[in-house]
Amino acid sequence: MTDVTEIRWHARGGQGTMLAARTLARAAINQGKYAQGMPEFGPERMGAPIRAYNRVSDENFSLYCAVVNPRVVVVLDPTLIGPVDVIDGLTKDGVVIVNTAESPEKMKEKLNIENGKVFTVDATGISIKELGRPMPNTPILGALIKTVPLITLDALLDDIKHTFSEKFSPKVVEANINAIKKGYNEVKGAN
Amino acid sequence: MPRVAAMTGNNAVAESMRQINPDVVAAYPITPQTELSEEFAEFVANGKVDTEYVTVESEHSAMSACIGASAAGSRVLTATSSAGFALMWEMLPIASGTRTPVIMTVVNRAFSAPINIHCSHDDTMGGRDAGWIQLYSENSQEAYDNMIQAVRIGEDMSVRLPVMVAMDGFIISHAVERLELLDDESVKKFIGPYQSVNPLLDTKKPVTYGALALQDYYMESKWQQSAALLNSKAKILEVAAEYKKLTGRSYGLFENYKLDDAEVAIVIINSAAGVAKMVVDELREKGIKAGVLQPRVYRPFPHEEIREALKNIKAIAIMDRTDAFGAGGTPTFTEVTSALYGLTNPPKVINYVYGLGGRDIRVEDIHGVYQRLTEIAKTGKTGKMFEYLGVRK
Repeated sequence: MTDVTEIRWHARGGQGTMLAARTLARAAINQGKYAQGMPEFGPERMGAPIRAYNRVSDENFSLYCAVVNPRVVVVLDPTLIGPVDVIDGLTKDGVVIVNTAESPEKMKEKLNIENGKVFTVDATGISIKELGRPMPNTPILGALIKTVPLITLDALLDDIKHTFSEKFSPKVVEANINAIKKGYNEVKGAN
Repeated sequence: MPRVAAMTGNNAVAESMRQINPDVVAAYPITPQTELSEEFAEFVANGKVDTEYVTVESEHSAMSACIGASAAGSRVLTATSSAGFALMWEMLPIASGTRTPVIMTVVNRAFSAPINIHCSHDDTMGGRDAGWIQLYSENSQEAYDNMIQAVRIGEDMSVRLPVMVAMDGFIISHAVERLELLDDESVKKFIGPYQSVNPLLDTKKPVTYGALALQDYYMESKWQQSAALLNSKAKILEVAAEYKKLTGRSYGLFENYKLDDAEVAIVIINSAAGVAKMVVDELREKGIKAGVLQPRVYRPFPHEEIREALKNIKAIAIMDRTDAFGAGGTPTFTEVTSALYGLTNPPKVINYVYGLGGRDIRVEDIHGVYQRLTEIAKTGKTGKMFEYLGVRK
């Protein structure tokens, strides 16, 4: 079977998850990889629990379905832990990255997982500081590629510079780049 | 030079439309096609194409405007989904009946009720007998490639028929993936300039479109149309061969995925076929001789070729993302079984409705189907022929 890294995102509508998943896929593809980035469109509304998925591989694959056994789970909103079984189907060598100011050890306890690693990053705190509003999607992307090196930081920043410049002012682009770098540098892990 | 891109299905089709640079587009936005028509409108607004974009008030008007523009003598594209497709219904056979080669992307979406914006093939399967050529696409790459080939096929002087290109709503239309794009010049060269036939705007040679033909000539008109659609198969293959030379990518009437020595097979279209092919790879590693037949050209339906490809398989599951309520099976089931009719020792067949309204079709679902097929192949006992896959009863 083709070796594909599968990622599942848990977030709430309005946190920029779709943008994050699509950005990751695009950056990976621009690095010569095969990748997918797709939202799971439910009854989409601000604040509702949503999921998004990524697949990244060095080989071509054709899995047009939801990720059920993720190797990586990204939790953009820690209040979803509990109401949503975010680690459902997580592989044994799995990685969970949570947007929280709490320690990874505490999160590991809260998630109640035996196998797998837990990482935390205060993505909301970073985004408030850098962007002036809670948009944890870009800082957590930085944390994600640090813990799971699917693409280089430079590749991600290149993509952000390129695509965000089409939509946002140079100030916003710069703020997002700083947010990604901080997410990359500030993520903490517990084995 | 071809280039690698990261795009959604909607982006990919919009990009193909930019490269085709049609004379006229008349479209009305509808989920999940909306992004596509918005993106093309942006190309028009930014002067990236020379297209006249007609912003109509409904899909009925969109298709009417497309037919009119095509009859006037222009290359015409449009796109829709679900209810939009249904609203076009009256005009669909008029496009094929007037032999106006309109090219339309249909981003497959379920029909209401209950209201659902996700993928079923209700729209294009419902319109399969409207006299259009139908091409189905597994992913963004195939949707892009089918669009470019569709222009050549539909506009060919031996064909002159409208073509619809289908891809799965959300699953493909909204997922970013990797694909290869041609450069603008290669697309322009491949499709060539538009050749009009009896254009309405040629005032020196006035013609009538949509004339009355009653008991005297209506049947002859339909017979010609029927022959044109059946004969388009050869042109579709010819265009595919030429496209392969340009891109290296192979297209046929259907994809034969490891069928040649297969004992069990699934017949399935669009994105779910991708999942089935990944499952076949897994099964082959375990020594199970499984295969997939993935129809691409659904109209004209390649009966003889499909019979040839399936005749030695022991058990086949024919799966559709739509139901033909009250019929003797789903659309693809009745097509395939009719293709198999007359074989002395025909394969055992079962029929599944799957994935309605975007219900996820997973690797383990497909494994389950192959497991049942293996059992049927062993015992020769089919059991229940028609089932809804994974439904809560």
